[in-house]
Amino acid sequence: MTDASVLVGRDLGPATEREVAGDLVRRGALAAPVALLPAGLVWGWAGVASVGLATAIVLANFWLSAALLAWAARISLGLVMAVALFGFLVRMALVAGIVLAVRHQPWLAPWPLGLALIVSHLGLLAWETRYVSASLAFPGLKPAAAKE
Amino acid sequence: MLLANMVTNKGLAALTYGLGAIGPGIGIGYLVGQAVQAMARQPESAGMVRTTMFLGIAFVEALALIGFVVFFLGQAG
Repeated sequence: MTDASVLVGRDLGPATEREVAGDLVRRGALAAPVALLPAGLVWGWAGVASVGLATAIVLANFWLSAALLAWAARISLGLVMAVALFGFLVRMALVAGIVLAVRHQPWLAPWPLGLALIVSHLGLLAWETRYVSASLAFPGLKPAAAKE
Repeated sequence: MLLANMVTNKGLAALTYGLGAIGPGIGIGYLVGQAVQAMARQPESAGMVRTTMFLGIAFVEALALIGFVVFFLGQAG
């Protein structure tokens, strides 16, 4: 392949990012109550609201990243590079903007918000990576797609 | 006045965020560049490459997120 094929080539296959992001959102929705309970016990309602907001931000970030990459891959691989880098900047700015906009609200506690942002992001990724690496290494173990 | 006296916790927190965003920027650029090259060379394995690339980007992004949280908690504290 020449360099030109990198710029004009595109991938019209299934959007695997959307599948992974869907898994992450589903697992995040399952794990959220487990994180909300201790936050509520330690920090009260402010802890519950902060952890809920952090989880929502992390899941929205995953979903937006997947949607942008899947959209770009259908157009050109060169656009994937641009979308990955500028998408990173835009999404980090969005996360920072949302958190800084609500930081002085009385219902928000900074520590549970910050901790939940990191723990939920890394925890969900580690959970998903275990599943993905198992299905890549042993394709026979991959669950069959639902029949139409 | 010494420069050290002018440095505040908030300034240090903002510097941490700025420095913390440089590494992920380089990491994502390199990661996506290699992934796109792999997809161009072997289009049949594009699905696997895209899955790994997406997870890699998210892991690298965690560094920037940690930098932001340090900045945010430094401001709050």
